[in-house]
Amino acid sequence: MTVELFEKIPNNVNLSADKRLQRALEQWLPNYISWWKEMGPDQFQESDVYLRTAVSVESDGWAHFDYVKMPEYRWGIFLEPQVPGRTIGFGDHYGQPAWQEVPGEYRNTLRRIIVTQGDTEPASVEQQRMLGHTAPSLYDLRNLFQVNVEEGRHLWAMVYLLHSYFGKDGREEAEAMLERRSGDRDKPRILGAFNEPVKSWLDFYMFTMFTDRDGKFQLCALSESGFDPLSRTCKFMLTEEAHHMFVGETGVDRVVQRACELMKETGSNDPQAIVKAGGIPLDMVQRHLHLWFSLSEDLFGGEISSNAAEFFAAGLKGRYKEDGYSEHTGLNQFYEMPVPSEGGKIVMTQVPLRNAMNEVLRDGYVADCQRAVDKWNRTIERQLGERGADFKLALPSRRFHRQIGIYGMNAGNYFDPSGQPISAGEFESQRSKWLPTDSDREYLKQIMRPVTEPGKIAGWIAPPARGINGQQIEFEYVRHLPA
Amino acid sequence: MENAAKTESTHPVPPSFETAPDRYRHFRIELDGDVARLLMSVREDEPLCPGYVLKLNSYDLGVDIELCDAVQRLRFEHPEVRTVVVTSGRDRIFCAGANIHMLAQSTHGFKVNFCKFTNETRLAIEDACRHSGQKYLAAVSGPCAGGGYELAMACDEIILIDDGSSTVALPEVPLLGVLPGTGGLTRLVDKRKVRRDRADVFSTLAEGIRGKRSVEWRLVDQIAPRSRFAQVVHTRAHQLATEAKAALPSAPGPQTGVVLEPLSPTVDGDTISYRFVHLKLDRTHRTAHLTMNGPGPGQAVGSAEALHQLASRGELWALRAFRELDDVLCRLRFHEPLIGLVILQTRGDRAEVLAADAALYAQREYWLGREVLLNMARVLRRLDMTAKSFFAVVEGESCFAGSLLELLLAADRSYVLESPEVKLATGTLNAGALLCGNGQTRLGLRCHDQPARVDEILRRGEAGPLSAEDADKLGLCTVLADDLDFADTLRLAVEERVSLSPDALTGMEQNLRFPGPDLSEGKVFGRLSAWQNWIFIRENATGPQGALTSYGRPERPSFDWRRT
Ligand SMILES: [Fe+2]
Ligand SMILES: [Fe+2]
Repeated sequence: MTVELFEKIPNNVNLSADKRLQRALEQWLPNYISWWKEMGPDQFQESDVYLRTAVSVESDGWAHFDYVKMPEYRWGIFLEPQVPGRTIGFGDHYGQPAWQEVPGEYRNTLRRIIVTQGDTEPASVEQQRMLGHTAPSLYDLRNLFQVNVEEGRHLWAMVYLLHSYFGKDGREEAEAMLERRSGDRDKPRILGAFNEPVKSWLDFYMFTMFTDRDGKFQLCALSESGFDPLSRTCKFMLTEEAHHMFVGETGVDRVVQRACELMKETGSNDPQAIVKAGGIPLDMVQRHLHLWFSLSEDLFGGEISSNAAEFFAAGLKGRYKEDGYSEHTGLNQFYEMPVPSEGGKIVMTQVPLRNAMNEVLRDGYVADCQRAVDKWNRTIERQLGERGADFKLALPSRRFHRQIGIYGMNAGNYFDPSGQPISAGEFESQRSKWLPTDSDREYLKQIMRPVTEPGKIAGWIAPPARGINGQQIEFEYVRHLPA
Repeated sequence: MENAAKTESTHPVPPSFETAPDRYRHFRIELDGDVARLLMSVREDEPLCPGYVLKLNSYDLGVDIELCDAVQRLRFEHPEVRTVVVTSGRDRIFCAGANIHMLAQSTHGFKVNFCKFTNETRLAIEDACRHSGQKYLAAVSGPCAGGGYELAMACDEIILIDDGSSTVALPEVPLLGVLPGTGGLTRLVDKRKVRRDRADVFSTLAEGIRGKRSVEWRLVDQIAPRSRFAQVVHTRAHQLATEAKAALPSAPGPQTGVVLEPLSPTVDGDTISYRFVHLKLDRTHRTAHLTMNGPGPGQAVGSAEALHQLASRGELWALRAFRELDDVLCRLRFHEPLIGLVILQTRGDRAEVLAADAALYAQREYWLGREVLLNMARVLRRLDMTAKSFFAVVEGESCFAGSLLELLLAADRSYVLESPEVKLATGTLNAGALLCGNGQTRLGLRCHDQPARVDEILRRGEAGPLSAEDADKLGLCTVLADDLDFADTLRLAVEERVSLSPDALTGMEQNLRFPGPDLSEGKVFGRLSAWQNWIFIRENATGPQGALTSYGRPERPSFDWRRT
């Protein structure tokens, strides 16, 4: 690979002088591009997309807008500028200088953390690759692709860490991230939610709302890391993650708004009437909310976790906004949590704080999700007034429909959305009320017809409040669509 | 007895492991043609550190360092000796074993190292019996218990005085609640072929067994009454010497001994420097850098005479360099318990090492050539048994060739720089002259997954040094990394290694270093010592009411009866 090619890669890590990184990228980059072409957005590789590209970390540099063909997107490597004299903010190494190199003691643990985070990035691109064919508008299509290329850049960010700090096996792990495939039986992505299909645009909005928000919290916890390059990388990724969550939160909001509009137009509270009118009824929205919220909660890991304790003790992964805590060792403190015990009873239990760090992070996540749900409910109220009171959306209890941890169904624990323990049989009998059904999916598939005319929007969703980068909603966000 | 309760901090470690007969405090060597008498008369009031009295010819590390030196010097300085009679220089006592009060006041780490060192000394005795044609005969003329009987069992034969009171005994289990851990149980059944039910009875019988029954049970080879004891021992010693001479004659060449000159390293802060071996300690990283230099020119001698001359002048690299390695390993073990990882490096000219090795190997039938080779093998086995991690680091200036390649093969891992200058070279001595304790070559152990590779590697090595890439293909590199990766890869590996549990690492390494079949030597370390070390830290032995703690006190021990 020529030096000029490296010069095209926007970065603030002095790539042009870093022989080791160049050598690693030389191998990896062609494979990345083939992966993108194979597993990136299906059939839109030749389209011109109005995309944001980060070209530097300066305030004017990280959001540069222009038309670009996705395979030619300038994926870059950016770290938040270094804070001189930064110290480790928590755990057993509290107060010591942050590590600029990987400490050998934690090498394997750090690599696992980085690989686990990194693996989610290409996974989501794979999960979303067919959605381009059914976008409700060019605006939404563009947002999808923006999310996709930025997930690609997030992969780059994690690969940068592997290449720069983990030698040969770092390079091997970077390759392996291009080899796993979301949903593949033989070589699946690492985490469960990243193997679930994102089939409809409702799934996509729920995914970017709930699953990308897990990403936000993981990145926040990792940006506290004592390993400074990881911390700085994650901080920069958070600026991009914000847009992904915006896409999800406003997407669901627009679906909700459209449902309310149709309820008003039809004058009916019956979901079937909304279906007839081509909208997505609120109970169907609620079922999808149940699904994606619970899947995303699983991504935080077990409620009582020795890994979490180890990550915190070692100074590798902190709490959300660690600065806001007055005590940073997490020792001799307890977290009270309801733990299912023999006979299906739930008993409040004192768990050593370090072992409860996943739950602590999940607390912040649940609160953040609740804020968005409240906003959707305000939309319902605005649209329907008092009539909307029966249609409020709600987060389920965090015990509902969990695959892992102390509430996990794998341990034989079943709960209703309010968190009351129920039997497996009861759960199954209510499943179609609580979680998306085959007929929901069939219906969504039916109504998801692409709308490609600038300024036009599908009938199941309301238009956005405003366009991207000050452009009109009618702006041609994607040009040269596949025939 | 009140001393037994002393704090653990005072354990007896000498500053140096070197000694010489004119400095011995506890042993005397008497020469009589082809028979030597090694007389043990331990000075009660000269323990290595205050806190115990070396009663009844009991021993501590200071005593055993002299024994080790004597065994070594008898081989090199007195090759004419074909039988060594191990006996007591004191009346009516042979040896009461390791000093109980010394053990009781020692740290666990010291006990383990002590046990290992004494085991190695006894194995050196057996090595002399088996491979040097220097037989050992234990002449037991008084009570012989515990470590004393274990010492006797390390000899080829045991003659016990039949005086109605002298016994051989292994009282550790019934009296002290620990094991006869210096090879006793293993040698009882493996070497002396004592029936295992009788061995069970014997090992729980504190007062031991004497007279006829000790012969019947194969605990000793002969008994003799007091009046004839000296004569019987004398006769048998000369018989053994004659047999040994016939069984293992030396090839022609000078038959006089060579003096083992002092090593006298320079110790300066955290470095120890010998002529060929250098050790640098990095205490913050709990790591040591051990560099071994190859020989200069002039080592590829063509005759027994030339070999003898070189050794007599103290200039034989193969002898000197490996003696230095031996000494530094002892220092690392006893003086540097906090060092967890040793980085093995080599420097020098590969061709010179290979030439020196080949010349030495050509003299393997000549007594001195044989002894130098046997010594190299013993030192490498000391390395195999050292409870530290070893990483071999191979760079451009490295000299992992022939006998020095054994260091890489002994290491737990090898980090090899991918560069055209980097070469590894096999030679004559990698093919079977320097065996591990389990009777296997290090190359064989390295290729245990693909035995055919051993020949392939040796054949390729004959054609010239192996490139780093070839060495990697042949399975000799754990990690091959280019100059962009090398330093960081190694740094991370070192930091990671020293962060792991030292106990788990010791256990893991000892389990992985010796794949495949095993010999008694492996059982002594791997089974007997390992169990002994476990028992040593149990409450039943060293707790406040443990058997070892209560020994010699008015209270009886009190046990936790649960079997574990
Ligand atoms: Fe991401
Ligand atoms: Fe994202």
